[in-house]
Amino acid sequence: MDIVKTDDLTFWYSDPADESETAAAGEKKTTVFEHLDISIEKGSFTVVLGHNGCGKSTLAKHMNAILLPCGGKVFAAGIDTSDDSRLFDIRRHIGMVFQNPDNQIVASVVEEDVAFALENMGVPQDVMRERVDDALKAVGMYEYREHSPSQLSGGQKQRIAIAGVIAMRPDCIVLDEPTAMLDPAGRREVMKTIRRLNRDNGITLVLITHYMDEAAKADRVIVMDKGKVILDDVPQNVFSNVDMLKEVGLDVPQSTQLMYAMKNDGFDTADTHIINEEACADYLYELLR
Amino acid sequence: MLKDITIGQFFPGDSVIHRLDARFKILMTALFIVMLFSAKNFISLGVAVLFFIIAFAASKLSPKLMLKSLKPIVPVIVITSVLNIFFIEGITLVKIYKLRITDQGIETSLFMIIRLIALICGSSLLTYTTSPIVLTDAIEQILKPLAKIKFPAHELAMMMTIALRFIPTLIEETDKIMSAQKARGAELDSGTLTQRAKALVPILIPLFVSSFRRAEELALAMECRCYNGGEGRTKLKTLVSGGKDYLALSITLFFLCGIMVLNLGRIGFEA
Ligand SMILES: Nc1ncnc2c1ncn2[C@@H]1O[C@H](COP(=O)(O)OP(=O)(O)OP(=O)(O)O)[C@@H](O)[C@H]1O
Ligand SMILES: [Mg+2]
Repeated sequence: MDIVKTDDLTFWYSDPADESETAAAGEKKTTVFEHLDISIEKGSFTVVLGHNGCGKSTLAKHMNAILLPCGGKVFAAGIDTSDDSRLFDIRRHIGMVFQNPDNQIVASVVEEDVAFALENMGVPQDVMRERVDDALKAVGMYEYREHSPSQLSGGQKQRIAIAGVIAMRPDCIVLDEPTAMLDPAGRREVMKTIRRLNRDNGITLVLITHYMDEAAKADRVIVMDKGKVILDDVPQNVFSNVDMLKEVGLDVPQSTQLMYAMKNDGFDTADTHIINEEACADYLYELLR
Repeated sequence: MLKDITIGQFFPGDSVIHRLDARFKILMTALFIVMLFSAKNFISLGVAVLFFIIAFAASKLSPKLMLKSLKPIVPVIVITSVLNIFFIEGITLVKIYKLRITDQGIETSLFMIIRLIALICGSSLLTYTTSPIVLTDAIEQILKPLAKIKFPAHELAMMMTIALRFIPTLIEETDKIMSAQKARGAELDSGTLTQRAKALVPILIPLFVSSFRRAEELALAMECRCYNGGEGRTKLKTLVSGGKDYLALSITLFFLCGIMVLNLGRIGFEA
């Protein structure tokens, strides 16, 4: 079953400086998508890659009705996002985590922040307490429930932001570059947390990132360029298209890069489907033996 | 230097005062202020101060903390007392050139100083013993009846919550911007007053720009978490009042009545 599905999605940002409805105003728009079809399977872990400005964040914002299609339709958790009356149903099913953890934490006590969405939804108090505790435990931040967010590290803050979303018990979480502002330790923390949520709690993940090692861990990688999907496959197959990725300004994981370079240097057995360090090390070991 | 700001500081503890319902504490603080301003002579003022001292002792906070809270208002105290000493009519005690110090002047300024100090200490006791979140909740609940006449009680409380949340973040950011501007050769700690004021501009502008960006992102994040105003909201924690709160309120009212009675006596002077 598809948790999110775009159906012939067309979208443009109209130029806010030019509000007049003349023909010229229509031409000033920035078209981001034209007839885009993407579907995200329930329970999957999908990574979206793409060069800056290719429309990744815009796509993410369509998934929980922050932006509405200019043409075509988007279905989130089976609900048409243009259905105004079910807006909060959509938001509850599809959670969203952003880049800067500082700017998504509302309250000055961790547990109060995690409870924010539940308070908005009008969840009764006893149920709320339980869900807040569960969410904090799921991200491994239960001991910090009474701390102030300003005392936490970037990775911890981002985990609090994730807890605030999973407290809603969403089916799917869309994460827009959640690790971009974190140090390597923070990145590892966040990646570990979301992968566990995907594996153990069956939450669908859509991760937008610029880090190829994060993408290598997904079930599926979608590569976008100028608002179009150019590659959509399992990570091994996506990253084996080294030339194509380089053309759209993307990197490949380091091991793939090494395999690619070796292949070009005449090692015919080198396999660009290798995307992680262990497989790469095994290959080199076999080669040198 | 910005780290010294003590707005809304809270010192967790487990005293009777800490455990009182915040709504009652706010009410009692208001009554204490009424006491201070209705006191007409030194005896009734003394009773009000006694009330504070009892509450303070019950809070088990260190007196040093209270003195610290007075630091920022020292100039205000000095200015009011000087004005009072010199400009109140009465029997002249000392005459320096054209300025006269009168008995009434000294009395009034002493009275004012005590009142001012008690006022600050009393309100500090409220913020020192109540967590800002609880305080915000209590304010929201106290103002809730006013929502009927379109008073934005929930919005006000939400604004306070967000302000409290972002004070440390913005302080940190200001420090960063200041260091960055200093690294570019800005002189922030020297020069005339106008020079220093001008040097603030390159700090305030980036701060404003980034605050707007933050506000936009926060609003988006709040929307994603189903925020839809105050209607139909529930709370993680509710404020509960019990016997101790009513007892404390009764004591406060008793003191207030005492002051009213003592005001009738002709001891001391008329403020
Ligand atoms: N609010 C807006 N108004 C007008 N144009 C916008 C707006 N937001 C984005 N755009 C434009 O839409 C296009 C897609 O932007 P988007 O933010 O989705 O890219 P992205 O893939 O997320 O990039 P990045 O990797 O930098 O985050 C860009 O060309 C951008 O300039
Ligand atoms: Mg983006």
